[in-house]
Amino acid sequence: MVTTSEILSTLKMIDKQKLDVRTITMGISLLDCACDSDEKECQKVYDKITRLAGNLVRVGEEIERDFGVPIVNKRISVTPAALISGAMKNPVKLAQALDSAAADIGVNFIGGFSALVHKAMTHADKRLIESMPEALSCTERLCGSVNVGSTKAGINMDAVKLMGVVVKQLAENTASSGGFGCAKLVIFSNAVEDNPFMAGAFHGPGEGECAINVGVSGPGVVKGALESVKGHPFDDVAETIKKTAFSITRVGQLVALEASRRLNVPFGIVDLSLAPTPAVGDSVAQILEEMGLEVCGTHGTTAALALLNDAVKKGGVMASSHVGGLSGAFIPLSEDIGMIRAAERGCLCLDKLEAMTCVCSVGLDMIAVPGDTTAETLSAIIADEAAIGMVNNKTTAVRLIPAPGAKVGDNVEFGGLFGRAPVIAVHPFSSAEFIARGGRIPAPLQSLRN
Amino acid sequence: MNEQKKVVISVLGLDRKGIIARVSGVLYENEANILDISQTIVSGYFTMILVADISAPGCSFDVLSEKLNKLGEELGVQIRTQLSEIFESMYRI
Repeated sequence: MVTTSEILSTLKMIDKQKLDVRTITMGISLLDCACDSDEKECQKVYDKITRLAGNLVRVGEEIERDFGVPIVNKRISVTPAALISGAMKNPVKLAQALDSAAADIGVNFIGGFSALVHKAMTHADKRLIESMPEALSCTERLCGSVNVGSTKAGINMDAVKLMGVVVKQLAENTASSGGFGCAKLVIFSNAVEDNPFMAGAFHGPGEGECAINVGVSGPGVVKGALESVKGHPFDDVAETIKKTAFSITRVGQLVALEASRRLNVPFGIVDLSLAPTPAVGDSVAQILEEMGLEVCGTHGTTAALALLNDAVKKGGVMASSHVGGLSGAFIPLSEDIGMIRAAERGCLCLDKLEAMTCVCSVGLDMIAVPGDTTAETLSAIIADEAAIGMVNNKTTAVRLIPAPGAKVGDNVEFGGLFGRAPVIAVHPFSSAEFIARGGRIPAPLQSLRN
Repeated sequence: MNEQKKVVISVLGLDRKGIIARVSGVLYENEANILDISQTIVSGYFTMILVADISAPGCSFDVLSEKLNKLGEELGVQIRTQLSEIFESMYRI
């Protein structure tokens, strides 16, 4: 029997510390929808998504009510669109079909307008990527991603070069909303096929017909737990985080199994990420500060984050039968009130964020940079981050917003879960000749590692 | 024989007369069977945790949960009804 204090502790986590299940994401394979007529393909895609995910939102709400735990988002991820759009005349039509399926089901985002080009690009990949500035600005709920590097293949620098241009163009196409289109585009190295979190979610080619993947959250719960070990050595900090992560993940596992049962769709994975939101008390930065840092970003931040990320995984792994996705602590700048404050105080710069991404998932996330940042500089930032992922055998990602007209110190408002991004500086020196080279950075050696 | 289905009902708020009577009244009317009950008052703040079996054929989680919500509004306390698996999974391996 569960004790009264355990029940009260859970209620406190939900009410005060913002414990929630961040997302139930249904992954759907669209490989059987490919055909050479744009109209037919769009219809097949729309029909399949609405058939399989028609009940997703309702079931999510029922589970939320039955267990009394908020489930913030219900979402869909699909097969990378480049794999099914090769015979189409215009991939933007596919984007619109995906968007309208998402709208009719009532999910807030659908991910998978994606291409996997870590070694090289097919014609379909290139065409899809080039269509992104239009596709992601004329749709509301569609998210896209491009995998430009991997530990086994190296980095496709032609794709990296192209992505700088795409991000820049997408920002300009959505200038009226501060370049918000770029919040829906992620550039990966070592992308995972079962990630439930947006904007980088897609249903990889190694996945089955349909799966339920769940992303948990709860930075506030971890911070709350750490308040009880103030001044203790790091051994206690790590133990406390592990125990908390276990409890949080069990909620995710329960919700995932329940959603899988009620929707009659196989359970995929639970993603053990700590995902912050702009709400007060739901911040990863504040966990790091609770460990004894005056402001997130100061010396010691990388070590604190390394401990946090590792302890979350160790605690979470035993709580779930299948762990996958990105699984780690997220550090999206605009979505974390502690990160926003740290950046505004000048303590969190792009270089420090880059260092932090070496020890956590995922990468340079939701970072607004000045509107006059060149496409080459964007590409160079992407290349740096892809290199960290490639060499360290981990997933890294870049979601940069070169907000049109914005300067360092300005704020770009996105609203809702996307928060508010303080514009931070990039280096003023050129990387243009470096990016102009193109080609491929060879895969790194996997032995003699020092 | 159906598998036992349990709910945890938590009541939090300022103390007043008749909270337990009214809550257990709703449970009785809806054929829920109380398995365990614990209650404390700290500086006038009322906390009650009640575990009930709702596997009886005439007992519906949705109806019970809605009636208890309404009762909570009427009494000015927060009443929450949750399936017990959430607590069991968080604290038991």
